Amino acid sequence: MTPAIVLASVFGQFSDGLDFLVHQRESVAGGVQVGGSTMWPLLGKHLEVVGLSMLFAVLVAVPLGLYLGHTRRGDFLASSISNVGRSVPAIAIVLFFSSYLGLSLVNLVFAMALLAIPPIFTNTYVGVRQVDGDVVDAARGMGLSGLQTVGKVELPLALPLVFGGIRTSVVNVIATATLGPFAGVVTLGDPIINASVYGEAGRIGTAILVAALAVTAEILFAALQRAVTPAALRPQRRGLRERLRTSPRLAQVADTPT
Amino acid sequence: MTSADTAHPEGPSANRQAATLELRHISKRYPGSDAPAITDLSLEVAAGEICVLVGPSGCGKTTAMRLVNRMIEPTSGDILVDGRSIIDRKPSELRREIGYAIQQIGLFPHQTVAENIATVPKLLGWEKRRVAARVEELMELIGLESAMAARYPAQLSGGQRQRVGVARALAGDPPLLLMDEPFGAIDPINRERLQNEFLRLQGEIRKTVVFVTHDIDEAIKMGDRIAVMRKGGVLAQYAPPAELLMAPADAFVEDFVGADRALKRLALQRVRDIDLWDVPIVRVGDSAAEARRLAAASPIQHVLLVDGERRPVSWLQPTDLTGDRVEYHEGRVTMVELDDILRDALADLLQGQVMYGVVTDHGGRVAGVLSVEIISEFLAHQASGQIDEAPTPAERLA
Repeated sequence: MTPAIVLASVFGQFSDGLDFLVHQRESVAGGVQVGGSTMWPLLGKHLEVVGLSMLFAVLVAVPLGLYLGHTRRGDFLASSISNVGRSVPAIAIVLFFSSYLGLSLVNLVFAMALLAIPPIFTNTYVGVRQVDGDVVDAARGMGLSGLQTVGKVELPLALPLVFGGIRTSVVNVIATATLGPFAGVVTLGDPIINASVYGEAGRIGTAILVAALAVTAEILFAALQRAVTPAALRPQRRGLRERLRTSPRLAQVADTPT
Repeated sequence: MTSADTAHPEGPSANRQAATLELRHISKRYPGSDAPAITDLSLEVAAGEICVLVGPSGCGKTTAMRLVNRMIEPTSGDILVDGRSIIDRKPSELRREIGYAIQQIGLFPHQTVAENIATVPKLLGWEKRRVAARVEELMELIGLESAMAARYPAQLSGGQRQRVGVARALAGDPPLLLMDEPFGAIDPINRERLQNEFLRLQGEIRKTVVFVTHDIDEAIKMGDRIAVMRKGGVLAQYAPPAELLMAPADAFVEDFVGADRALKRLALQRVRDIDLWDVPIVRVGDSAAEARRLAAASPIQHVLLVDGERRPVSWLQPTDLTGDRVEYHEGRVTMVELDDILRDALADLLQGQVMYGVVTDHGGRVAGVLSVEIISEFLAHQASGQIDEAPTPAERLA
C-alpha cells in the first residue's frame, strides 16, 4: 500500500469512529443499538469509576503523605510505593482483586484507587519534605503545633506538588478505567474490548473519546494546580491586560476600532 | 497567653516586662553519643539584658539556646523563666511567649511580610484590629515602609528579610527573645547596620535576649554578658565583655577572645569615657608672649589656634609665635569626636601620624586632647580593676 492509501484508510477509520460517537447504529451481530446516545451510560459509568477511585485515593494518599512527610519518616515507604505502583500492571490488579472482591464496581474502584495512590502519595510526601527545614523550624519555634505546621505551612507549600500527583493519577485512571469490562463494569472500555459487538468504528471512536477525556482532564487539572499554587510561588506570567498597559504598540492595536 | 491581654488591654504596643532566665545544671546527652552536648550548664540572665552565647562551632551554644524554648529537651537540670520552671509547660504555648529568630530566618514564603509578622499574634488569638496595629507598629520599628507589608519574602533583600525576621520574633511582645546568629548571613556592612539597629531597638524595648554567635567581635559588641562555651557544652567563662577581655578565665578563653583583646576593649568605650588632657587655646590677636608661655607650660609644647567658635584651626609651636601678636596660620589638625569609639579614635591618630588629636564636641568645638599615650594609660588604669564602668551595648550606641 502506498502511504497515500494508508493515510486515506486511517482517516477513513478515524471519521468512521467519530461518526460512531454521533450516530446510533446496529451492532455488528445485529439486534442491539450501539454508538451515539447509547454511549452516555458508558461515559457516566466511566466517570463514576474515575471519580470514586480518585476520591478514595486522595483520602488515603494525601493524609498519609502529609503525616509521613511531617514526621520525616517513611523515605523507604515512599520510594517503594512509587516503584511498586509503577511496575505492577493495572490489569493484573484488576484480575487479582476480582478473585477476592468478585466482578463488581467495588473491585474496579479499588484497583483504580490502588493505581492512583502512588503518584499522589509520593508527590505529597516529597512536597512536604521539600519545604525548607528552616521554615518548619521557625514555625515550630514560634509555637505552631504540629497540626498547625502542617495546615498553615507544609500543606500550602506542598499543594502544587499534591495537585501534580492528582493530575497524573486522574489521567492515568481515565485511561485505565477502560479495563472495566474485565471486572464486569461496563465503562468506556467495553467498545474497545468488545469490537465483535461494537465494530471497528466503535473501538476507534471510543478510544478517541477516552483520549479526549484524558487530555481535557490534564488541562483542567493543570489549571487547578496553578490556581492552588500560592501567589508568591507562582511563576510570573504577565496577563494580557498588563501587557496591553505596558506595550504601546499592542495598546494601539487594542484601541483600534474594528 | 492571656497575660498579654490582661496586662495591656489598652493597645497593641504592649511592653511586657522583660523576663529573667535561669539555667540550672543543665545537661544534654544525645542517645548513642558518648560525649555530652551540654555539660552542667548554669547561667543566669537578668531581665532586660543581652546574654551572648559564643564559642567555636560544635560547642553547644545553639543547643543551649534551643533548650530555652524546648525545641530541645534537656537530659537533666531545670530552666526557669521569671522564676518559673518551663519543663511542665506545653511547648507550643511556651514558644509563643518566647521570640525566636534564626540565621536562616525561615520566613514563610507563601505569606506576605504582614502575614509573617502577624504569625504569633494570630496564634495568641489577638483580635484582627490589634494584630493589624501591631504589624504596622513593628514595620515602623524596623524601618520598613508600609508598602512593603504586601510583599512576599522572595521580593525582599537579605537585610530586609532579616529585619522582618526580627519583627516577627517581636510581634507577640515576648518578654524573652532567642536569636541564633540572626545577622550571620548578611554582608559585613549591612551586618553592622543591623547590629546597631538592633541595639538601638533594644534600648527602647529592653527585652531579655539570648543571642548566639560564633563571632567574638559581635559578642563583645552585642552582649551585656558573654558566655564563652567550649566543646561539650562546658561554660568556660560568663562575664561582661570588659571583664572577659581584661581577665580571661583560662587559656581557652584567652585564645578565643584573641591576641588583640586589648584592642578589642577599645571598641567598648567612647572618647567621652576617657579623661582627656586640657589644651592651651589661643586666638588670632592674642599676646604672642602669653601664647609662648602657655606652650612651654603644657606637656604638649604647643598651643591650639581656634576660631571665634572655638573650632580648631592649627597647632602653633613656639617658633610660630615670633611677633607681638598671634597671627593666623594655615594648618592641619587631626580631629576626633567625643562620641567616637576609642578604637576608631586611635585609628584616626595613627592614620594622621600625629601625637595628639583634638577632641571636639557636637558643635565642632574643642573639648580636649587625646593621644596614644592617654589611651594606653586609660587601658592600664582600667586593667587595674575599674571594669564595671563599661556602658551597656545599648548605651554605647545611644
